[in-house]
Amino acid sequence: MNVLIMGCGRVGARVATTLDEAGHTVTVMDLNPSSFRRLPASFKGTQAVGNGMDGPALERAGIKEAHAFMALTQGDNRNYFASQVAHEIYGVERVLCRIYDPVRADIFSSLGLEIFSPTALGASVIVSMLLGDQAAKG
Amino acid sequence: MYIIVAGGGKVGFYLAEELLNSNHEVLVIERDPARARAITEELTDAVMSGDSCEATTLDLAGVARADLVAAVTGDDEDNLVICEIARNRGVPRTIARINNPKNELLFKKRGIETTISATQAILGQIEQELPTHEMIPLLQLHSGLELVEVRLPETAPVAGRSVRDVLLPPESLVALIVDPGGVPRIPSGETRLNAGDALVVVTRRESMDKLREALIGAIHGLDT
Repeated sequence: MNVLIMGCGRVGARVATTLDEAGHTVTVMDLNPSSFRRLPASFKGTQAVGNGMDGPALERAGIKEAHAFMALTQGDNRNYFASQVAHEIYGVERVLCRIYDPVRADIFSSLGLEIFSPTALGASVIVSMLLGDQAAKG
Repeated sequence: MYIIVAGGGKVGFYLAEELLNSNHEVLVIERDPARARAITEELTDAVMSGDSCEATTLDLAGVARADLVAAVTGDDEDNLVICEIARNRGVPRTIARINNPKNELLFKKRGIETTISATQAILGQIEQELPTHEMIPLLQLHSGLELVEVRLPETAPVAGRSVRDVLLPPESLVALIVDPGGVPRIPSGETRLNAGDALVVVTRRESMDKLREALIGAIHGLDT
C-alpha cells in the first residue's frame, strides 16, 4: 500500500517505520526537516519537507498516488484540515486522523474520516491498569 | 440576531463593533487572554476569553441558540473547525474568513458556502487595475455565474460584427457595452461590437476560457 504520513513526531515516525518494514511504500511529511532524525537509518521510504495543509506540497509528496493518508501532527485542527483536503480534494481512499480532544474527535467521526483519539483511549487504559477491566467499564 | 464572532483580532473586533451598533446580540470569543482583556474595554460584556475550537467553549457561549457564527481567526484550519462544530450544534449559518485563497475549495466542499477572503478581494482589485488583462472578473454571482468585463482589442475576431453573429459559450450573455468614450449601452442583436469597447458579460466560471477565445481570440497579456 502507498501511504502518506503527515507529521514525523514520535508516533508518525514509528508508524512510518513499521509500515516501511512491512513492505509498504511510505512517504513522511514534516515542516521541520530535523524531525526526520526520528526515522531509523534503515528507513527506505521518502522524506518530504512541507506543509500538509497545502495542496501543492501534498502533490509533491505524492498524495495523488496515495491509498492512505494519516494526519499525525500535534495540532488537532491542522490534522482535521489536512485530512479533509486529502478526503474531499484528492479523494484518498483511507484517511486516518489523530485528534487529541475527545469532544472534537466525536464530532469529526461523523464527517467522513477515520478518527483516532489517543486521549480517550489512553485514559481508559490507565484506569483499567489501576482498577482492572470491570471497573474501567463502570 | 445572536451572532458569535470567533476570533477577536482586528477583523473580529471591528465586525463585533459594527454588529453591536446594528443592535445585534454579539459575543466575541478570543483565545489570547491579554487580547480578550484589551477588547473588553471597548466591547464590555460582549467578549469571552476562550478557544472557539473547543466545543465546550462554544457550548458555554450558547452556540445552540446562535443564528450565526462568523469564524474570523487568522488560521484557516481553526476557522474550518469552528464552522464544523457550530454546524454540529445546529447553527443555521456559518461564515468563514479564508486567509489562503487556495483553501476556498475545501470550505465549499465542506458545505460552508459563505467564505470571505481578503487576499482574494485584493487580488481582484489588482486584476481590475491591470490594463494588460483584457478579461477582468468583476463579481461572483450565484451558483457558478460570474460577471466579467472584456475589453475588445484591435485584433478581436468579433470587432465589426453584430452581437447576434457572435457565438458565445452556453449561458453567456452580453449585458452591457461601454464604448471608448465611456458611454454605456444595453445591446440589442443588431448592436455592432467595435475594438475598444468594454463588454460586461455574464458567464459561467467554467466557460471563461471559451468566452475569452470567442471575444478576444488568441490569448495574450499576462496569461500567456
